[in-house]
Amino acid sequence: MPEENGNGKNGKNGRVGLAERVKEDLQALKTEIPSKAKEQIEGLKDPTKTQVYTSIFRHKHDDTPRNRALGVLSNVFLHLHPAKINRDAVRYSYTWGMGGITFYLFVVLTFTGVLLMFYYHPTKVQAFRDILYLEHDVPFGKLLRNMHRWAAHLMVIAVWLHMFRVFLTGSYKKPREFNWNIGVLLLVFTLLLSFTGYLLPDDQLGFWAVTVGTNMARATPLLGHEGPFGPQLGMTPYNDVRFGLLGGSIVDANALLRAYIWHCIGIPIVASVLMIVHFWRVRKDGGISGPAPVMLQSEADKPRRGPKAAGE
Amino acid sequence: MDWHQLWEIVSAPDNVPIVALIPLLAFYIYLAWRQAHANDQLIDQLEADPALAKTHYRKAWPFKPGWQKEIHVWPFLLRIEFLAAIIVTIVLMVWSITLNAPLEEPANPNLTMNPAKAPWYFLGLQEMLVYFDPWIAGVVMPTLIIIGLMVIPYIDTNPKGSGYYTWKQRRFAISTFLFGFIVLWVSMIVIGTIIRGPGWMWFWPGVTWDHNRLVFEVNRDLPDIFGITGRTAKAIFGAIVMGIYFVGAWIGMHKLITLTHFNKKIYKRMSLLQYSIMQVFLILMLLLPVKILLRHVFRIKYIWITPWFNI
Repeated sequence: MPEENGNGKNGKNGRVGLAERVKEDLQALKTEIPSKAKEQIEGLKDPTKTQVYTSIFRHKHDDTPRNRALGVLSNVFLHLHPAKINRDAVRYSYTWGMGGITFYLFVVLTFTGVLLMFYYHPTKVQAFRDILYLEHDVPFGKLLRNMHRWAAHLMVIAVWLHMFRVFLTGSYKKPREFNWNIGVLLLVFTLLLSFTGYLLPDDQLGFWAVTVGTNMARATPLLGHEGPFGPQLGMTPYNDVRFGLLGGSIVDANALLRAYIWHCIGIPIVASVLMIVHFWRVRKDGGISGPAPVMLQSEADKPRRGPKAAGE
Repeated sequence: MDWHQLWEIVSAPDNVPIVALIPLLAFYIYLAWRQAHANDQLIDQLEADPALAKTHYRKAWPFKPGWQKEIHVWPFLLRIEFLAAIIVTIVLMVWSITLNAPLEEPANPNLTMNPAKAPWYFLGLQEMLVYFDPWIAGVVMPTLIIIGLMVIPYIDTNPKGSGYYTWKQRRFAISTFLFGFIVLWVSMIVIGTIIRGPGWMWFWPGVTWDHNRLVFEVNRDLPDIFGITGRTAKAIFGAIVMGIYFVGAWIGMHKLITLTHFNKKIYKRMSLLQYSIMQVFLILMLLLPVKILLRHVFRIKYIWITPWFNI
């Protein structure tokens, strides 16, 4: 019976007039609100104590080992990393940083690529004009296209150098064999991404590069109409693997659309999935491979233990 | 010496990556070699002194007692990553402001580009077209390269050299990879980029690209040299020659694999399947330089001629 209780409480003041009550409230406003406001503004001086802040950052920020670890572990983007790593693993001369640079370039390419998509139509009539429009009318359009192009080339180089480093440090060895394979697939998809993008400006350069490239598909054994045993299996220019790649027997409107869809949607999705696996396995296989202590002949003769044996 | 022609090739915006790749590779090979050398010296020292090996940090870098073996990712790794991202962004920005992405005339199927070149990273494959038919150069070889790379971890049974640079502990593996990557892949790309001109003809650097140049190469097939003319005879002859190549290369490779005492030990660790797979890939890889030599020295086009395919 809350209502009755309420009445009972107000019983004493029940007969006080309306004017009196308003006066009281005004008095309260004058004293209480400024003091409350003061208190709350005072509280804002330490924003790390506010509810908004603590809801975003779940740990303190003092320079303690615990907070350094939490800074990495409680952040969705950073928790890709372990909290602590081998002291020599940060040496540039060992890692060359090429894997990270490759990933960063992929992010740059996604960003510039999405912006480019706003100005581009994958059709025979529009495509080339869109590039001219980008180069001459769109603010920073030229810079955008240049960046996308050069980042793509740089990514190919970075992937090669990354692979080279991984080979030279023997990092594909047990237990990282599978991750090396994922990496090889990522290399292939990087090249395919770059290659499918080559056709999109619909200029002579892209057209003939893709013509040369896909002409090789004609010669696919069994599946191409000019390949060994292709004609015997009924392959013609209109049903072989090249036809499937181009959506026609020549590089034309369908090829442009197919290249566009593979370039912007198909391959990036597959490559992203493989990247997730790649990064995940780096962690699961015991972090980056080294720099590990050197192994001597006497130890090489012994059978190896699990993932820990490779690194520190 | 036509410097203008050379400059035109080297400064073509799409060729910049390959021009940049050469000094980059030189730098990183140097960086790797320097560390490998330091590690090899350390290994020699520790092999000679087992007592030291028990207490040593086992890395060429300094380590003092009391130093932590592990450090926090935040900030020691993240600040490097952040810096790397900034540097890459600056490089990209400067590159994009100073150099424009190429744009040719609109695509025109009736006007063939001469030379019609693939993107620079595929020029190695395009260069292979000189020596092999498209089904090998364009389809079989790329597939073999991919599969060959993928089998590496499963056929390399050498437990040493995992996680550090070394040369002495992995001579065979590293020289094979360098041969495949530098000699067969990168240098073929360099040839395709800088040396191949109109009609995919060979123009030494500094020679003017002559679009009307004609080269009368008399390429012969191997069976022709031996006066074999019949179709069936050619097919059988080619098969025999290829068989001889395979057996010869197999034996030669085996000699190479078991050359040193250490490599013999590695060989003993390999299963028969691992060994056979390695042999097949090495022999197929060797086919490319062999074919290049046959073409340039003896002007031989095909070795094996059948009604369905030629090698």
